[in-house]
Amino acid sequence: MEYFAKEYDVAVIGAGHAGIEAALASARLGAKTIVFAINLDSIGNMPCNPSIGGTSKGHLVREIDALGGEMGKAADKTQIQTRMLNRGKGPAVHSLRAQIDRREYSKYMKHTLELQENLDVKQAEIVDLKRTEDGKWQLKTMLEAIYSAKCVILATGTFLGGRIYIGEVSFESGPDGMFPATKLSQALKQMDIPLRRFKTGTPSRVNRRSVDFSVLEKQEGDETNTPFSFETKETPENKSFCYIAYTNDDTKEVILKNLHRSPLYSGKIEGVGPRYCPSFEDKIVRFPDKLRHQFFIEPCGLDTEELYLQGMSSSLPEDVQLKFLRTIKGLENVEVMRTAYAIEYDCVDPLALKPSLEFLDLDGLFGAGQFNGSSGYEEAAAQGLIAGINAALKVKGEEPFILDRASSYIGTLIDDLVTKGCMDPYRMMTSRSEYRLLLRQDNADIRLTPYGYKLGLISEKRYNAFQLKMQLIKDEMHRVEETTIHVSDELQELLVSRGTAPLNKGVKLVELIKRPQLSYEDLAPFDTNRPELPEEIFEQVEIALKYEGYIKRQQAQINEMRRLEVKVLPDEIDYNVIEGLRLEAREKLTKIRPHNVGQASRISGVSPSDISVLLIYLSKMGL
Amino acid sequence: MSTIAAISTGQAAGGIGIVRISGENALFVADRIFKSVSGIELNKLSGYRATFGKVYFDNKPIDEAVALVFRAPKSYTGEDTVEISCHGGLLVTKQVLRAALQNGAVPAEPGEFTKRAFLNGKMDLTQAESVMNIISAKSEQAKAAALNTLDGALFKKISEISLSLKRLAAQMAAWIDYPDEEIEDLTDENITNVLKSAKNELNILLSRFDAGQVIIEGVETAIIGRPNVGKSTLMNMMAGYEKSIVTSVAGTTRDIVEETVTLGNIVLRLADTAGLHETDDTVERIGVDRTKLKTGRASLILAVFDSSKELNEEDEEIFKLCEGKNAIAVINKTDLKTKINAEKINDLYKNVVYISAKEQNGMTELEKAIEKTLGTENFDTTAAVLMNERQYTCCQTAFNSLDEALDALNSGMTRDAINVNIDVAVENLDILTGEKATESVVNEIFSQFCVGK
Repeated sequence: MEYFAKEYDVAVIGAGHAGIEAALASARLGAKTIVFAINLDSIGNMPCNPSIGGTSKGHLVREIDALGGEMGKAADKTQIQTRMLNRGKGPAVHSLRAQIDRREYSKYMKHTLELQENLDVKQAEIVDLKRTEDGKWQLKTMLEAIYSAKCVILATGTFLGGRIYIGEVSFESGPDGMFPATKLSQALKQMDIPLRRFKTGTPSRVNRRSVDFSVLEKQEGDETNTPFSFETKETPENKSFCYIAYTNDDTKEVILKNLHRSPLYSGKIEGVGPRYCPSFEDKIVRFPDKLRHQFFIEPCGLDTEELYLQGMSSSLPEDVQLKFLRTIKGLENVEVMRTAYAIEYDCVDPLALKPSLEFLDLDGLFGAGQFNGSSGYEEAAAQGLIAGINAALKVKGEEPFILDRASSYIGTLIDDLVTKGCMDPYRMMTSRSEYRLLLRQDNADIRLTPYGYKLGLISEKRYNAFQLKMQLIKDEMHRVEETTIHVSDELQELLVSRGTAPLNKGVKLVELIKRPQLSYEDLAPFDTNRPELPEEIFEQVEIALKYEGYIKRQQAQINEMRRLEVKVLPDEIDYNVIEGLRLEAREKLTKIRPHNVGQASRISGVSPSDISVLLIYLSKMGL
Repeated sequence: MSTIAAISTGQAAGGIGIVRISGENALFVADRIFKSVSGIELNKLSGYRATFGKVYFDNKPIDEAVALVFRAPKSYTGEDTVEISCHGGLLVTKQVLRAALQNGAVPAEPGEFTKRAFLNGKMDLTQAESVMNIISAKSEQAKAAALNTLDGALFKKISEISLSLKRLAAQMAAWIDYPDEEIEDLTDENITNVLKSAKNELNILLSRFDAGQVIIEGVETAIIGRPNVGKSTLMNMMAGYEKSIVTSVAGTTRDIVEETVTLGNIVLRLADTAGLHETDDTVERIGVDRTKLKTGRASLILAVFDSSKELNEEDEEIFKLCEGKNAIAVINKTDLKTKINAEKINDLYKNVVYISAKEQNGMTELEKAIEKTLGTENFDTTAAVLMNERQYTCCQTAFNSLDEALDALNSGMTRDAINVNIDVAVENLDILTGEKATESVVNEIFSQFCVGK
């Protein structure tokens, strides 16, 4: 029998990476919050790769941290190997990635939720969701408890309508053997929420004892590790290794012979899979000329023998999986502990959302993470944070917090989703950000911590430390502008050896730092009064000087972009009565209802002339 | 959108004049002014149907005509359209237009049909711009160049350049975004080659721009010279008929007479100027001042000298006006006895032509000299050509950005920065062809590389 359980400001459905950040942000901003999970042991689970970060994802984690989110801290605490990727390719694309002890990560997150003030954690499947007459939301659990909340955040991941495919076998299931959420989709459909099916997959986990490491290439962590969080003071320690393995012709042959048994190729799966995360059989079919495929063997934790085979996702039958794995050098006797699978799930067309991640038409209902069509733990966490912040702000009656593309990867991610939509699960990439020379992982705090502080997610103590850092950067910048470096034989020798012009007379230090051929470190012997400062201070000064031209230009582009970004398009605009808009533009604008002209200009199908029409219309209306 | 109407056959007197009416009420406007012999109303006709009848103005029949109906979106503009072809000459055509305007249509702005076609998705931006240029094409070759773009030569060229850069950007992006995958590291040489080749292609387009503009837009040309050296005779010879008053009294042309003439491929907008000499005559003074002004603006100067007279101080003035300009020395009156110091002129002018305007000699040489000076000789009208300043600016920005990328690469800048330069170039080329800056690079990555976990 139904019973009324409790009333909250904010209810979060799902406690994966999106749900966690949403629940924490909401509770930390003072909203009375509850987070539901089908199984509390799945909080912060990593049902796919046991790692956090990577190209552009590392940027997201840094940004989440700069705004006061939890992911970076949890990763720092539970990492077992860390690497800074893309060293040497330029500061804009340096990306931190850490292998994570997945059970430890999950434990850390569960405990953090449990300890959080204003937050209740509840194991329950939500089976119904509807709006009541007072404008609040009513949630019903499988056990018939009724909860009420002013705002609800859907962070259902692959649980929602989840169905697993392994060869000819398929069954309803959540990720990693969890129960799926089978009823909630129906309630969402009744509210006309545009749901669709996406698909993703994960490779097998194998037992370490069955792998012959003597024939595999070992991959070690960095010598000096960098943490994700700007607040983490201790340097993360490498505790484990990864290995590199290669497929061969035999592997390919097994795949090709058994392709007809794949649910992807036999047409059983209707969901759209991600392009960047193809199953192994996809890779073989799409790139038939490739002789071998490289993949990584990663530890799942320190107190488990399970290993993750990154790059070998598959939905072929279990017997075929075992057969093709055993063709690989080093895996001849491999024992599979968990079989690879494809999973299909319900998610929303994110064009139905505002940049605040609230639904355009459903007041107080928000979406985050895979539910919004994205993929990846970091992408999920970033959206969870923003949805949580905005739900809490809504409860307080305050304006939503929106990050634009120029501010962050988070802003770029959300703008892409709600403006362009996605045809397959969306993964963040550095190439998606047009301002990437400014949006670096090293300056995430400079870009975002002031916002985090203003929101109330950054402590006074941390903010003071941040301000001190800013002051030190400013002072050091001033110093290098004022310091004169005199000509000396040693200096000329260095300049010539680096292929840069020797000096005629003494110059300001700043001029030498600007030269791409020279590093800050190179100049230390000649810069005799250099103060003792944390490395990050020098780094900021060096990047600002070396990339000055680029940075200025991108800043100018941003200023240009923001001109349109401040022209707000009121919610009630009727695009059908604006003269001069093309039909396609009318339809797209009516559907997406962009927040401002800048967002409108990025909608595919809205042309520059449509934008002129909109600007003319706004000025006619005196807006 | 409003219903618009205009004469779409140009303002010259001709056999048939067409009035085009386009917009959602086009058929109803046309029904008010056109009655078919069969009695059927135009708004009852399906697309591509024509009917014969009479056009009425103030309820009086003014001409017999054929009305051709186009139904949206299958028309030039993508809207409902009626084209009324009448054959009573320009005056009648104008009356038909006026009738349409009195019955609910508004006059079309120049190029508005094309603008609507573009807005209704009937053509892309480069095509639209070509059509605009066709409308005002001033010579056969201009039309050929414009038609060529319409066929997509420019679009194709730019797309080729852009694609080579997108492939490069995609490979760099894949190399950055998938550091663990076996993606071949691009060597500096690889990158340099692609950038240089794209830069060269852009350079060809950019360097053809001025010559292309000469052919598309025509050239402001000033004919200058001392009084009575035969400027007006030259102009008349070029124009093929007399317009200036030609007498042997110095100072007959007191003002600037303009004429558009087609010489070979090129449209010259000729200005015959008052002779340059010191004068006290006020009217003539104004003429002389205007000559100087006109000469300053002209892109081509034909400096006329009298072969039968020695050079004097006034000629020095002419030399000064020609400094730093595209100028051709035209030595006239070769039919008379030579007194001029030709060596001096040969020293000062790269191109010297001898003519006798009176005997109509030397036109072919003059034409060649003009083409040489303007760079339109051997201009291949079938190759891609930039049509206007907007396209030129996009190309120039892309070019500069590639230049910067090459510099950065040379000086050892990191690849992330070079990648951004390439993005800027791609973006500008996409703007040129009217393509929306899309996820084209991201799409390239997935079609080219086997990446992902």
